[in-house]
Amino acid sequence: MEGYKIPIGQSIEALIDLLVDNFSFITKAFSNVTESGITILINIMMFFPPWLLILFFAGLAWFFSKKEGIAAFTLIGLVLIWNMGLWEPTVNTIALVLISTMFAIVIGVPLGIMAALNDIFYKIVMPILDFMQTMPAFVYLIPAIPFFGLGPVAAIFSTVVFSTPPAIRLTCLGIKQVPEELVEAADAFGSTKWQKLFKLQLPIATPTIMAGINQTIMLALSMVVIAAMIGAKGLGGEVWKAIQRLQPGRGFEAGIGIVIVAIILDRIMQRVGGKQE
Amino acid sequence: MHKISIENLYKIFGPHPEKALRLLEQGKTKDEIMQNTKHGVGVANASFYVDEGEIVVIMGLSGSGKSTLVRCINRLIEPTSGKVFVDNEDVTALSEEELRVFRQKHFGMVFQNFALFPHRTVLQNVEYGLEIQQTEPQERKERGMQAIEQVGLKGWEASYPSQLSGGMQQRVGLARALALDADIMLMDEAFSALDPLIRRDMQDELLMLQEEMQKTIVFISHDLDEALRLGDRIILMKDGVIVQEGTAEEILTSPANDYVVRFVEDVDMSKVLTAESVMVKPAEMAYYKTDGPKSALRKMKTAGISSIFVRKDRQLAGMVTAADAAEALKRGDKTLEHVMTENFDSVAPDTPANELFPLLADNNYPLAVVNEKNKLVGIIIKGSLLAGLAERGVS
Repeated sequence: MEGYKIPIGQSIEALIDLLVDNFSFITKAFSNVTESGITILINIMMFFPPWLLILFFAGLAWFFSKKEGIAAFTLIGLVLIWNMGLWEPTVNTIALVLISTMFAIVIGVPLGIMAALNDIFYKIVMPILDFMQTMPAFVYLIPAIPFFGLGPVAAIFSTVVFSTPPAIRLTCLGIKQVPEELVEAADAFGSTKWQKLFKLQLPIATPTIMAGINQTIMLALSMVVIAAMIGAKGLGGEVWKAIQRLQPGRGFEAGIGIVIVAIILDRIMQRVGGKQE
Repeated sequence: MHKISIENLYKIFGPHPEKALRLLEQGKTKDEIMQNTKHGVGVANASFYVDEGEIVVIMGLSGSGKSTLVRCINRLIEPTSGKVFVDNEDVTALSEEELRVFRQKHFGMVFQNFALFPHRTVLQNVEYGLEIQQTEPQERKERGMQAIEQVGLKGWEASYPSQLSGGMQQRVGLARALALDADIMLMDEAFSALDPLIRRDMQDELLMLQEEMQKTIVFISHDLDEALRLGDRIILMKDGVIVQEGTAEEILTSPANDYVVRFVEDVDMSKVLTAESVMVKPAEMAYYKTDGPKSALRKMKTAGISSIFVRKDRQLAGMVTAADAAEALKRGDKTLEHVMTENFDSVAPDTPANELFPLLADNNYPLAVVNEKNKLVGIIIKGSLLAGLAERGVS
């Protein structure tokens, strides 16, 4: 059975080589733009003293959730992170998550809309999403390196690949769930496709789309941590360092930091989505 | 010239309608075609017309193709073959874009389950049709409010559909279609989801609105009672085929075949001619616990009635006449206890109408219609019974 090996691996490598050789100007451009984006975002956040930013985040949490508990948790959690000396890596992680999520939304929501409105596209996209979501996350790290080199851009690339599927899926689901009779009513009054989309389908699908974006953020966070292996800084980097230096205490501190960030992001996003109902 | 004219319309559901179409022409039935080709016959060879300002009711049981037929008129469902003309313009020949504009101009539609947009307020729902035509916001609002007033929902424009009762929601649905000022209204079982009394109110209201508006209305219904009340003409459908077309009287007095006979019989006897179908809401009620002779008398005066029913513990307790109440007031009674009489007739909701005549004939007061829990569900006065029967063309 092993006499002839079907060249799956070789073909993929050949493909990646081909892309790297011929399209590196695109990846370079993307790399430059993204990298400066990350730098600017991190610089802005590091420009303010941590306590001010912590108050700002707590205020944001209160604004979106209207719940004192969530705001208090945000305040205490971030102060704890600051106290553990993990403020800078946390800012790094948040910046990477925000930028990845932004890319994932910009790519995912329109693709989701297209999948919902076009059956053929739906049938093509869904198996690809299944594939993307079942593939172990680590695998995405490898092709990211030849395209973007070690560093935050490669991390963002693999994070976007890993975290876009739920945005596509739930946008598609949300639009397909709009009751048939409402779509029929919009048609009966002579709506154009765009009017139908923006006045009916998207508003009704918003809670579902928000749930998808919430999942996207969570996946992005988990991937940003893993991407520490290819040179993303941040809380994942701290964990990675702790593994290499066998410092369980330090590793757990960084882990707790990740959990706190995850809970804060999740609670805020859930409220943003739930409010629409 | 007819306003709407449908010629030899077919609608067959399935991937290869031509095959089913040929079988239909050979005289096969809907069931045979379903078995042989797995194609569903929605509408087969339907031809009819609707004149300007006319209400035509398309009636049939569920699955008879009536909803499909009405959707073929504005091409929400694409007809398989046949022609649809509106104002002599061939709707089936319009391009997608032309059709969209044509719908905006000519068709208002009201749906069985209201199909209101849940994320929009009443006013925003009503404005929807104008909004997509890019009407100026100011004019849009004016026309929207006017339509809301027409259906009696003034003051509710900022509410969301989920805050309204079923009857009110359908008023919004009606207003949404009216605001457009389209000349044709397609109403797909518009009142079927409503309670019987509210349905009657809505029917009356539609007839009233129709008197001023003179729209061309195609109304789908499975309810003969409703068809007889509303329709200038009635079209009866069965298995996608039009079995009879005519005025209420023609359908009742000379049914075209056994199917129509059965339809008319069933519905006629059990539904059209019962106390429930001719009763009206009492104009005013007195409450035993809170009303004395004075307030009862005032209620009767403002409502313009000469007797009033009294409710106690959610049940019908008795009746008070204006004369008795006036006397009690002179005597200085504080409650209705001594003036209340049980000297009136009450009937069950399913009492046939022919039994109501003798009761009303030797009685000057309304008949009370009470349910099995002795709750007053409506009253019958001579006028309402006669009007109800006259409308139906039955004597």
